[in-house]
Amino acid sequence: MIQVRELSKFYGKKAVVEKVNVDIHRGKITSFIGPNGAGKSTLLSMVSRLLDADTGEVLVDNDDVRKMKSNDFSKRVSILKQSNFMNVRLTIRELVSFGRFPHSKGRLTAEDLRIVDQSMDYMDLMEMQNDYLDELSGGQRQRAFIAMVIAQDTDYILLDEPLNNLDMKHSVQIMKILRRLVDELGKTVVIVLHDINFASVYSDRIVALKEGRVVKDGPTNDIINSEALKEIYDMDIPIKQMKNCRICVYFDS
Amino acid sequence: MRNSTKLFILSIIAVIFCGLYLFQGLNGSYDYALPRRGIKVLAMAITGVAIAYSTVIFQTITHNRILTPSIMGLDSLYLLLQTAMIFFLGSGHMVIVNKHVNFILSVGTMVLFALILYRFLFRGGKQPIYFLLLVGIIVGTFFGSISTFLQVLIDPNEFMRVQDKMFASFNNVSGDLVWWALGIVVIGLIIGWRYINDLDVLSLGRDTAVNLGVSYNKVVKTMLVLSAVLVAVSTALVGPITFFGLIVANLSYQFFKTFKHSILIIGASIISIIALVGGQWVVERVFTFSTTLSVIINFIGGVYFIYLLLKESRST
Repeated sequence: MIQVRELSKFYGKKAVVEKVNVDIHRGKITSFIGPNGAGKSTLLSMVSRLLDADTGEVLVDNDDVRKMKSNDFSKRVSILKQSNFMNVRLTIRELVSFGRFPHSKGRLTAEDLRIVDQSMDYMDLMEMQNDYLDELSGGQRQRAFIAMVIAQDTDYILLDEPLNNLDMKHSVQIMKILRRLVDELGKTVVIVLHDINFASVYSDRIVALKEGRVVKDGPTNDIINSEALKEIYDMDIPIKQMKNCRICVYFDS
Repeated sequence: MRNSTKLFILSIIAVIFCGLYLFQGLNGSYDYALPRRGIKVLAMAITGVAIAYSTVIFQTITHNRILTPSIMGLDSLYLLLQTAMIFFLGSGHMVIVNKHVNFILSVGTMVLFALILYRFLFRGGKQPIYFLLLVGIIVGTFFGSISTFLQVLIDPNEFMRVQDKMFASFNNVSGDLVWWALGIVVIGLIIGWRYINDLDVLSLGRDTAVNLGVSYNKVVKTMLVLSAVLVAVSTALVGPITFFGLIVANLSYQFFKTFKHSILIIGASIISIIALVGGQWVVERVFTFSTTLSVIINFIGGVYFIYLLLKESRST
């Protein structure tokens, strides 16, 4: 379990994240939702140590994140940010091999190579493993980066808006893969989402943020209802039940 | 062609040029000319490796392939130091005439300056790397302006001495200093080699590097200090020559097309040895000293720099 305790981040005097307390449960997909500027990405960055928190603490399975060595932390928690600019030209295989860096420090063993193969297979990238990243479509690129994170083989996987700029087909594909990671491999996934319907259909728990604070936190079914959404987004959003999915029809509200 | 094959071929070319430089036209002068040429070749090798290494790591840290460590203002500081010493103490003073004292003083000042700059900038721990570069440019320009000011006021005869220091030259490198420089560079390389794989990860960007467990701040600080020390040593040994690093680093990227710093750095080092030794051979035996190596380097480097700028602007 990842426990976030009284976490705050200030830019100047403005609090972007203020005294946030959240528990992230093992073996579940937890979605962070909320309006733009609610502090979702900032919170995720602090949990994953990309950003230093101003106050508060984060515990991963009861270990204080700040006291952990960088390398040990990277074997337990991985993060994928929304933009992945690089100034080197890599093939998919080379990128995915980097996922083994925390374990092998750049010298790949047979075991590492096996895991790299497995990860690419899992993301259906085997046939294009020698293609260069800058020649791929957005969806393929995103899959390559997720394969790297899978190769990193951490219990916790944090993703910052992985569906950005992806079309419906690829978004669904990515979400299904994340679901499989949780159900088949027992990973814990935390994901920042903009589309609440993806959060509704695929996640087990939802944490809603607004103006740097947690306004709702609970199982998906408790959050996806009109009253709760009204509080989060200040919109009247009708909910329609379709098969097992609850869909928020927010387009003309 | 595999990269190890390429490295092998480059090494052979480097050895051929070194042999050519050492033995061509020796006329049996093994006792006099050979040791002198040997010292020069060694000086060129040390400078080449130091410049290549420091430029590649600097470019990886800044994610920019048209920068060199000279942007931190170390060259300007060196020139200011030399100008100021000649201006205030005169060219006959011990700190100018005694090459050992001058070497220690120059290296010490440059490294101290870099450490103070980094210490000041990393104190908050949050400054982006571009802020560091910006401060470097400003401080460098400031040093440059003071040097120019002093050079305008200085006695014309003394100015000749200053001018000697303004361009890199391998023609009057002192024998003992080469060994000192060699020692420092070797220690630097040994320390730096432990981080060689971390550099590969750094080129993926800060976020990915942190995710993959690289202690980003520690590695960046270590690499910046290391590149400052290498630049300081090579500058104090032969003069300002960091522009040269831009050429060899980019040639190495183009030639090897890999992200692996172990290959890139070794490749860039060998390329710079070829360029320096080969260039010096051409200057001495073809142009018979009618020009200097740094003039040729700046000419070719300038053309190549424009080519790089055009290429980068097309690709984005």
